[in-house]
Amino acid sequence: MTAAITSPAFRENAHQALEDKQLQAVLGTMRTGFSVKRAEAAAALPEFEALRDSARDIKNHTLAHLDLYLEQYEAKVTASGGHVHYARDAAEARRIVADICRDLGAKTVTKGKSMISEEIGLNDHLEREGFTPVETDLGEYIIQLRHETPSHIIAPAFHLSAAQVEQDFRRVHTQLPPERDLSEPVSLLNEARQMLRQHFLAADVGITGANFLIAETGTSVIVTNEGNGDLTQTLPKAHIVLASLEKLVPTLDDCAQMLRVLARSATGQDSSVYTTFSTGPRRAGDADGPGAYHVVLLDNGRTGMLGTSFQEMLRCIRCGACMNHCPVYQAVGGHAYGWTYPGPMGSVLTPSLIGVEKGGHLPNASTFCGRCESVCPVRIPLPKLMRHWREKEFERHLTPATTRSGLALWGFFARRPWLYRQATRLGAATLALAARGRGKFAALPFASGWTQGRDFPAPEGRTFQAMWAAEAGKRRRAGGKPGAKEQNP
Amino acid sequence: MPQQTAPRNPPQQPRVGLFVTCLVDLMRPSVGFAAAKLLQDAGCHVEVPAQTCCGQPAFNSGDRATAADLARAMIRAFSHLDYVVAPSGSCAGMVRRHYPELFADDPDLRGKANAFAEKTWELTSFLVDVMGVSDVNASFDGVATYHDSCAGLREMGVQAQPRKLLGSVRGLKLVEMEGSDVCCGFGGTFAVKYGEISNAIVSEKAARISESGAPMVLAGDLGCLMNMAGKLSRQNSATAVRHVAEVLAGMDDLPPIAAPAAPATGKPGAA
Ligand code: SF4
Repeated sequence: MTAAITSPAFRENAHQALEDKQLQAVLGTMRTGFSVKRAEAAAALPEFEALRDSARDIKNHTLAHLDLYLEQYEAKVTASGGHVHYARDAAEARRIVADICRDLGAKTVTKGKSMISEEIGLNDHLEREGFTPVETDLGEYIIQLRHETPSHIIAPAFHLSAAQVEQDFRRVHTQLPPERDLSEPVSLLNEARQMLRQHFLAADVGITGANFLIAETGTSVIVTNEGNGDLTQTLPKAHIVLASLEKLVPTLDDCAQMLRVLARSATGQDSSVYTTFSTGPRRAGDADGPGAYHVVLLDNGRTGMLGTSFQEMLRCIRCGACMNHCPVYQAVGGHAYGWTYPGPMGSVLTPSLIGVEKGGHLPNASTFCGRCESVCPVRIPLPKLMRHWREKEFERHLTPATTRSGLALWGFFARRPWLYRQATRLGAATLALAARGRGKFAALPFASGWTQGRDFPAPEGRTFQAMWAAEAGKRRRAGGKPGAKEQNP
Repeated sequence: MPQQTAPRNPPQQPRVGLFVTCLVDLMRPSVGFAAAKLLQDAGCHVEVPAQTCCGQPAFNSGDRATAADLARAMIRAFSHLDYVVAPSGSCAGMVRRHYPELFADDPDLRGKANAFAEKTWELTSFLVDVMGVSDVNASFDGVATYHDSCAGLREMGVQAQPRKLLGSVRGLKLVEMEGSDVCCGFGGTFAVKYGEISNAIVSEKAARISESGAPMVLAGDLGCLMNMAGKLSRQNSATAVRHVAEVLAGMDDLPPIAAPAAPATGKPGAA
């Protein structure tokens, strides 16, 4: 079992999202937010496009030799006094984490932001096992209070307005004076910090994700803007790094290159406020650090993507740029996608991880506008990979019957030019006649998905090929005109 | 952005196959005539081989077999021509970017598909980048804004070329809308299959068009144009919607897309 899945209900989810006025207001800010900042950051760095190439190459190289780098990474972590645990699936990862917590007699478990934790539904599991997980990233903290899941991979509470968060804080933080001023967003951050302080001090185990794992040194790297990750991983008795195995990069230099494209693509910052490298547990003489250091490496379907066209998806560094630039994401938000990963990256990754039977809507719900690919820092051909999912669905007869038969009928005519021309001639004439000079249709029985919100323009009435042939006939009779020759009967 | 490199020495009077696209053929033949006129004015010898569709709807629906069948027919129909030109970045992009992909594992057709892709162009970029046209010698009174259709922009590098040609139209003033490079929400079958989302996206686009203040919006792809025209028309907007080729060819007597047939105004602002 992983995090709850509602991807099969994508259409209904999307409908609800479109009806949700509050959500629509928040999504409206996206147009002038992330994408503008990213464009400015990219423009300010002359080598940005070259850096994207090298980021892609570094990841391709790592994936091509993943076994070697995993061995090297594990050896380095072990040499620095840490432990590496391999988890084949979500259940195994949850069990490993819970076992470590139990062995340490832990009660409170603080958590930095980790999408893998969301993917495996870790918080619910820890609660069931009697631990108290506390999210320390502001966005994650907010959605934990609301018992929600993230709607964006770098801004988990993106779907909420400041006013909603204020309401939640007043509802939950009842020990604070009710008349306090929370009108400024920074006051929300401060209040969360104040509440979290006690948890940081009480925590027995700190769990973080990892943006990168460095094979050369056995180091895990996180980037944050709030500094919560540092407290999460240095104060408790043990630090657990929860990461999927494609987070590896070979060297520190490679990591530095990846960092240069990550923040710029994500938020338009040159670099995130905090970039934290951790290698092993506290050594004798260290001023601080955890007593134990564990890395749980999750597979959960990823090695199955190696050697297929979906291997390219494993380059993803979770910057969120693709969703920030996606017209579909901007229309419906992240929750509509129905699982941990929304937007274009989710539309490729989700079917890979939970199966195309459940995630099949996602790669179809794209206009293929290509804006995601044009901003992806590791140049993942997201539309192409979505199309590969459509091909798999078609091969396996998962494509809806109406689409299949529509395609078959259209294909039948399109393969037979003469028949096609007769059919289109008739179609154009009939439609034009039916439009009765109004130039449009307000409703069309076979395209209600279109006409519910839009008119459908009427055709002029004759096909181009018919008109061209007629003109050519006229020209022939009149003795021909240079420059225009026709072959169209 | 992928930009096609123009051949060093284009033939004097190149033989151009007009790949009119199935939407133009069926819905708005005038765009085909506008394209033919622009090509002829540029010194091309225009032919219209019998054609159906490039196969994109099948390709994007995951039906590679049908897409490949139609692609083979296209390659055959246009094989004797120097160039293939389409008044659509999307259909030209299908040929240019995806035919090679479609036949990558087919040793018999791979070479042909690559060569065919090489000689296929979107109309405005062909006129500017290959034929060196800088002035279309047309006039069209009014103000227009231009929407960059996605495939033309991101697969074919079409951005400066239509603006350059529009800049040469006497009487026409071009104003930019915010986010002209953002998708209109058409996406082929997406517009019907996920109509509600498509409609939400085109509503945004319609808002940006209206905010631009231009009484006319132009684009190079009929699919996007029908989508935007359908939305603006549903909103009872007076904004005229036209294919860029219509304006470049000076066809101002043709009613805008989704506008009533008569009286034939078509003049921007008169809709
Ligand atoms: S697919 Fe590319 S753009 Fe999207 S999150 Fe991953 S790295 Fe970023």
